[in-house]
Amino acid sequence: MSAQARKAKAGEAGRRGADVRSDCWASVELAHSGGIELELTSKVEALFGTSLRADIADTVRKAGVPHARVRVEDQGAVPWVLEARLEAALRRAGVTPKADPRPPRTAPPPEGTSRDRLRRSRLYLPGNEPKFMINAALHAPDAVILDLEDSVHPAEKDAARVLVRNALRCVDFQGAERMVRVNQLPRGLEDLDEVVPEAPDVILVPKVEGADDILQVHARIQGIREEKGVSTPVWIMPILESALGIENALAIASATDTVVALTIGVEDYTADLGVARTPEGTETVWARSRLVNAAKAAGVQAIDSVFGDVADEEGLLAWGVRARAMGFEGMGCIHPRQIRIIHRAFAPSQAEIDKALAVVAAFQDAEAKGLGVVSLGTKMIDRPVVLRAQRLVARARAAGLIPGEGDA
Amino acid sequence: MSEHDFLVNAAGRRVPRVVNGVEQVPYQGVGGYEPKGSKHGPPIRSCRDYPADGDKRVADLKTALERCGLRDGMTISTHHHLRNGDRVALMALQAAAELGAKDLMWFPSASFPCHEPVMELMDRGVVQRIEGSMNGPLGEYTSYGKMRGMGVLRSHGGRWQAVQDGEVHIDIAVIAAPTADAFGNADGSHGPSACGSLGFALVDSLYADHVIVVTDNLVDFPCIPWQIQGNNVDCVVEVDSIGDPAQIVSGTTQITRSPDRVLIAEYVARFLRDAGIMRDGFSFQAGAGGIALAFVQFLKDMMNEAGVKARFVRGGSTQFLVDLLKEGLTDYILDGQTFDLAGVASIASDPRHVATSPFTSYSYHGKGNFASMVDAAVLGATEVDTGFNANVNTHSDGVLLHGIGGWQNCLFSRCTILAVPAFRDRIPVIVDRVATLTGPGELIDVVVTERGIAVNPKRADLLEAVKGSTLPIRTIEEIKAEVEGIIGGRPEPPRLTDTPVAVIKWVDGTVIDTVWQVEE
Repeated sequence: MSAQARKAKAGEAGRRGADVRSDCWASVELAHSGGIELELTSKVEALFGTSLRADIADTVRKAGVPHARVRVEDQGAVPWVLEARLEAALRRAGVTPKADPRPPRTAPPPEGTSRDRLRRSRLYLPGNEPKFMINAALHAPDAVILDLEDSVHPAEKDAARVLVRNALRCVDFQGAERMVRVNQLPRGLEDLDEVVPEAPDVILVPKVEGADDILQVHARIQGIREEKGVSTPVWIMPILESALGIENALAIASATDTVVALTIGVEDYTADLGVARTPEGTETVWARSRLVNAAKAAGVQAIDSVFGDVADEEGLLAWGVRARAMGFEGMGCIHPRQIRIIHRAFAPSQAEIDKALAVVAAFQDAEAKGLGVVSLGTKMIDRPVVLRAQRLVARARAAGLIPGEGDA
Repeated sequence: MSEHDFLVNAAGRRVPRVVNGVEQVPYQGVGGYEPKGSKHGPPIRSCRDYPADGDKRVADLKTALERCGLRDGMTISTHHHLRNGDRVALMALQAAAELGAKDLMWFPSASFPCHEPVMELMDRGVVQRIEGSMNGPLGEYTSYGKMRGMGVLRSHGGRWQAVQDGEVHIDIAVIAAPTADAFGNADGSHGPSACGSLGFALVDSLYADHVIVVTDNLVDFPCIPWQIQGNNVDCVVEVDSIGDPAQIVSGTTQITRSPDRVLIAEYVARFLRDAGIMRDGFSFQAGAGGIALAFVQFLKDMMNEAGVKARFVRGGSTQFLVDLLKEGLTDYILDGQTFDLAGVASIASDPRHVATSPFTSYSYHGKGNFASMVDAAVLGATEVDTGFNANVNTHSDGVLLHGIGGWQNCLFSRCTILAVPAFRDRIPVIVDRVATLTGPGELIDVVVTERGIAVNPKRADLLEAVKGSTLPIRTIEEIKAEVEGIIGGRPEPPRLTDTPVAVIKWVDGTVIDTVWQVEE
């Protein structure tokens, strides 16, 4: 929307055209009289025409706008999407909504996640594209990332923010951890104002170069949590995407106790080095190893980057297997079909599972007998070995690799 | 029409008593209607009236139609072997128009977007109505009340039944033949416009008063193999081209890329495995829809893993079924329709890839059919209600969208699975009441969506079979409620008038539902 149109007290948002699905385009022109004049075309006119009209008029009125010419071209947007587009159009027309513009929460209440939760896969969802959000959880990623950064055009940042906020309130992401990638600071701080009240589980902060970035984000998050009464934890996952970021990995990982994982943005990192990215990833081995070491030193998870070629499933599997061997605990996905391959790559082998099960059984046996020392056969088992075995069993269970439990 | 002109059938649907001047039998439930009498017979013909040298060629379609006694009000039939590449149906109807014919009934086995110009022939009064499928623009034309007569939609099996029983009398059948000889023997598996099986035209060749074969690949007698017998054929017409090969079969059939639909396909395959339906010697039917193709891929891996093979699969044949045959995972393909180049090549060269007809596969008025012997059929639908009743004909807003195809006939399989998304954009697929009833819920066993699998409570055996499975088995009401939570509640009922524009026939010729004119 141009600055000129904004002066004319008009705004538009969303997407139009026959190829658009599950989205809509809305435009609002403020007027001095005539009430709310609505022009609506919708592919679901026959099914939802009446409720669509009521919903649109209601949203505009709730914003405190008595007179406006409103146009909506709807390609089957669900209510929270329609309302996000209208709200963005109203804001672009210079309207600050009078009443709370947020749709009622229809998603289950946030339960909060734990620091060391399973984070094998995180599915990127472009923040301005509602159609991918609605069914994302069906593909069972460990986490979804509502992305406000690279997948959103600079001119659409404001609209995406509203859409992502509504998605956090209205989409049931089922068991998936709800992550939001905000923009690079300082814009990212404004993103936090919109999304943190909706209690996302993790905030991904891009292009972090030092501990100070994280301290700023942490302070802002805690401020919003207190003000808005967000009781569940909001963790931070810094993304290191430059040579400097990698050098400061340990300081970044230990900046606050809300950092749960470090991850790397390989695309920007290789650009920073001035080298080409290869499917084997030799050019990033040092940086990734450095990240793993820093993460472990700080007691947080190390998560790998994304694998960009969706069609190359074998390449993805090989990448994931190598990443696990390096000490990573998961990676990003840019398409749902990558999720299962990644889960397979990060799954322990049968030999590992068998050994871990034996260790856990020996531990339980020792506990039951009140023995202080755990032994398996003739070998004494150290405490860290038991812990690692317990973690491995939990992961294998989540991957459905222990018969009779979980889902394959 | 007045209230007196309708009655309520066994499915609770209001249907007209009379359609296009013919008294109707309302639907009486599955197996409820008992047919009486004998099959319809075409007139007896004699060799004395046909050339002894077997050369039945005439100059062009107009001459052929004249020779077959074209008159106003006649029924002209064509077929959809050439799918969206077909040129012959329009050629025939336009030739009839040039001869001044009026009020024809067009009786295609299916219509495609390439048949849109028929609307203009209806505007001009050449064609009075269509009894067949009314898709896309033809569907809208019908739904908005622009067709003069009432449309009648039948399944592939129902089309055979209607002709065999004398419900539809075909005056002139025009059969597009990718290869034919001058005697009228014809086949579809060879020639520049090869399309695979000509099964849909068989009934016309047997029961029509007159039969015209139109070909662009005339070979010297004998045309080997033949699927249409020249002994039933009046005239043979040679033309430059019967169809656009690019539109007849696709080079490669497209498997769905949508992650949600791939998930549905995987659930279908896992259901067949976990319910014990996938076992050595089993059989299944898969169409050419994106989900159906994807499910075959998953099933193939599971069959390999379990070391089982099928006795036969039914198509809609595609590359994916041909691969099963080649890899020894099925003994036979029983093919009703050939969808892609791999299917056409296979049916032409592999004796285990067998052409079937709507009689052997689908017709309900025979001494059994193959459809009911299939272990599982995987089908689509536009809507399904909580009683498992389904609609494949109209949009949720009541506008005609699709024909029935073999869908109704396939419902008789031992396990009928509808593989459908739970909603499309904001349009729910699981509803309280389907806009149009195409198939009764008692024949639909499983609805597989991306949000869970609903098993018809009538199939306690299937529910029992998948009890220990990790599949997301839910009630259909649960899935419906979840979707309504996402799309913002229940949709409004379609805005329809009280004027019927078409009827949906059940497999036995009874009327199962009415398609009503849509409000402008």
